[in-house]
Amino acid sequence: MTRKEPALRLQQIVKTFPGVRALDGVDFEVLPGEVHALLGENGAGKSTLMKVLAGMYQPNEGQIYIAGEEVTMTTPLDAKNQGVVLIHQELSLVPEMTAAENIYLGELPRKSFGRVDWKTLHARCDEILSRLKCRFSSDTVVAGLSIANQQMVEIARALTVDARVVIFDEPTASLTDAEKVVLFDIINDLKAQGVGIVYISHRMDEIFTLSDRITVLRDGSYRGTLVTAETDEDEVTRLMIGRSLDLSRNIKTPELGDVVLEVRGLSCAPSFSDVSFALRAGEVVGFYGLVGAGRTELAETLFGLRRPDGGTILIDGAEVATTSPQDAIARGISLVPENRKEQGLVLTMNCRDNMTLPQVGDLTAGPFVSSGAEIAIFDQYRDRLAIKTPSWRQLVGYLSGGNQQKIVIGKWLSMQPRVLIVDEPTRGIDVGSKAEIHNLLRELAAQGYAVIVISSEMPEVLHVSDRIIAMYHGKITREFSAAEVSEDALVQAISGLGNGTAA
Amino acid sequence: MAYLTRNALVRWLMQNPIWGFVLIVFIFFSLMTDHFFDLRNFQNILVQTSTIGLIALGMTLVMINGNIDLSVGATLALAAAFAVDVQGWAMFATWGSWQILPAVTLALLVGVVLGGLNGFIVWKTGVDAFIVTLGAMLGIRGLVFVYTGESSFYAMNFAYSDFSALKVGPLPVLALIFLLCTIAVHLLLSRTVHGRNSYAVGGNREAAVNAGIRVGPHMMVNFMIIGFLAALSGVLLSTQMGAATPNLGRDYELWVITAVVLGGTKLTGGKGDIIGTFGGVLAIGMLRNGMNLMQVPAFYVYVILGSILIAVLFLDKHFNRQAEGGLRL
Repeated sequence: MTRKEPALRLQQIVKTFPGVRALDGVDFEVLPGEVHALLGENGAGKSTLMKVLAGMYQPNEGQIYIAGEEVTMTTPLDAKNQGVVLIHQELSLVPEMTAAENIYLGELPRKSFGRVDWKTLHARCDEILSRLKCRFSSDTVVAGLSIANQQMVEIARALTVDARVVIFDEPTASLTDAEKVVLFDIINDLKAQGVGIVYISHRMDEIFTLSDRITVLRDGSYRGTLVTAETDEDEVTRLMIGRSLDLSRNIKTPELGDVVLEVRGLSCAPSFSDVSFALRAGEVVGFYGLVGAGRTELAETLFGLRRPDGGTILIDGAEVATTSPQDAIARGISLVPENRKEQGLVLTMNCRDNMTLPQVGDLTAGPFVSSGAEIAIFDQYRDRLAIKTPSWRQLVGYLSGGNQQKIVIGKWLSMQPRVLIVDEPTRGIDVGSKAEIHNLLRELAAQGYAVIVISSEMPEVLHVSDRIIAMYHGKITREFSAAEVSEDALVQAISGLGNGTAA
Repeated sequence: MAYLTRNALVRWLMQNPIWGFVLIVFIFFSLMTDHFFDLRNFQNILVQTSTIGLIALGMTLVMINGNIDLSVGATLALAAAFAVDVQGWAMFATWGSWQILPAVTLALLVGVVLGGLNGFIVWKTGVDAFIVTLGAMLGIRGLVFVYTGESSFYAMNFAYSDFSALKVGPLPVLALIFLLCTIAVHLLLSRTVHGRNSYAVGGNREAAVNAGIRVGPHMMVNFMIIGFLAALSGVLLSTQMGAATPNLGRDYELWVITAVVLGGTKLTGGKGDIIGTFGGVLAIGMLRNGMNLMQVPAFYVYVILGSILIAVLFLDKHFNRQAEGGLRL
């Protein structure tokens, strides 16, 4: 079989971070004129691989070939000059500038005395934009464009060089269905022009519409490449999840207590709508869905950070309005947020002070904070959660991710909550600490706490939950008990497939 | 053991480079001039720095809390004008020296109210404290000129203008007030719930909100404290001069911020302490005093102080960067 020379080929790529082997001997290639989808769960190594492709990370081992020649790319600019461009998930445009200025940002064409050559600039940009079938002109200010059109500007930026490979990272995350169609047309156009496309997405339906081949990663290692036309969703899902997954977790029926938290028809536009569920003491409920499915917003609404625009929240059967975190905390709801460092911890403070942050007002002796009472609480939860730190004086910023997360969890446990909401509890945490945190969540439920776990990692949800609630586009699509859940059904429930199966 | 303790001292100095600098400045001027190393001169330095020092205590709170207050110099001038003017009002004519009491009370109240107003606006509008207090700085200074009619007020009660000459033991009363306030604010910041929450709000506002801390009231309290201290500073300054001039306290916000930043408090919030600020205030006080004794022309003093500010912050960054390399705050 005569094969075309791959536009880009990675061979046996290894990338390690302290304590993590993020990529473990990954092979990947894109042919000219091919759409190659990259698939894997969160944490499987997709984004690391993408950053290696785009020159943002240097691999520890392995080779990169562009058009058959081995290259080293040490910066994103290197990669761009070699014809490899990344379209970021988060747009990185300067909103106050025009489309043209953004497209040639940093490389504006010049005339003598450093003056900008506006004529050439706009001529070139209009040409690119018309190639992309965009209906706005290059002197439109970016802030005035829709998200989809802003994405077009990003893509146009990629086309200022002679792109061999364009990498799309979750490009449809913020697009409407109509906008998606336009994007897919452009991808197909690029493909017809012989550009190799790497398409990263969680959404199975898109991948099957668009791609020629699919490469699956799991836990940082290469699981295989499938030809899209010859495979189906089941096979891909199987590769993604792996049959080795331990499903024999604690499916002992827990001793359930009374309903602690009940939510009826809760809505908060545009994030989620008409959400209803009940949570009992002693149970862990997993909320599973894609990023953007509305789970975090739901948690924030329960915690009083957002105002719902419909529906009711009941605690112990009584309707409550949690209008601020103080309210929620007083009623026994606590939230371990998604981003530890940005939302959960004060990095400039030590471990003890972070642990006692919500209740320091109650730990006073006379006018002053009682250091003894604080240290007592810290010691108690350090021991209970096995937090590893040399001393309470250590700044939390120096702790490992797992220990940081335990500080946040300890902070709330020390407040004796009724409901513990944990958003992405193990994001950025190494494998060992992950298991510890999972066990901890199970133990807490056994002790009678009602626990909500929000996670985008299927093994995690399957491992810790007694019940799993699947969300898609702000709605609960299906609810599973731990005994009856199947991974295929779960994947379908969160990707908007098999809509008819909603229970 | 000796090695260990010396090591601890070195580490402490690396974390508080300003005190190392204070030590160097102290030794330098003691050796270079005849009149520096002298109890009377030390008293002088404390009195001279008390004005800026008092405000710097408040600025430390406000900056740790993640804000800044540029209006302190103007507040100082307005409070001083009130303190001197009100004691001369006809209604207090028969009060004797008691007429000072309502005057000073009103002056301090003005400071608290103006500070509270700054804090309230920052809290409720979410406009950056830099902008709010920049506006306040201009506005309040304008009020001072309106109130004083562009001329100075003179204190007619000699008890008022003699106050600053009082001593308690070896300590001039102004120095004593400054030291007592330093201790009080230090305890407030390091030991109370309000102090702790101020650090939390400045260190990571979102995390503080998520911990159920009400951010706004803490900010407002800190602005009220700095308003009070600026007014107190204005009152004490007017007792020294026996008068209040409309231009009193001009550029003080810059001196104060310089002292606080020298003392290791971060403009971004969450970090700093009163011990550092006290060092920063002393450093500026000794430099101004010492160079004055060495008869360095006043304008060179500005050049030297400016250079030192940048140099000290560079060293701080240099020493503490390695330690924080893995942290990336």
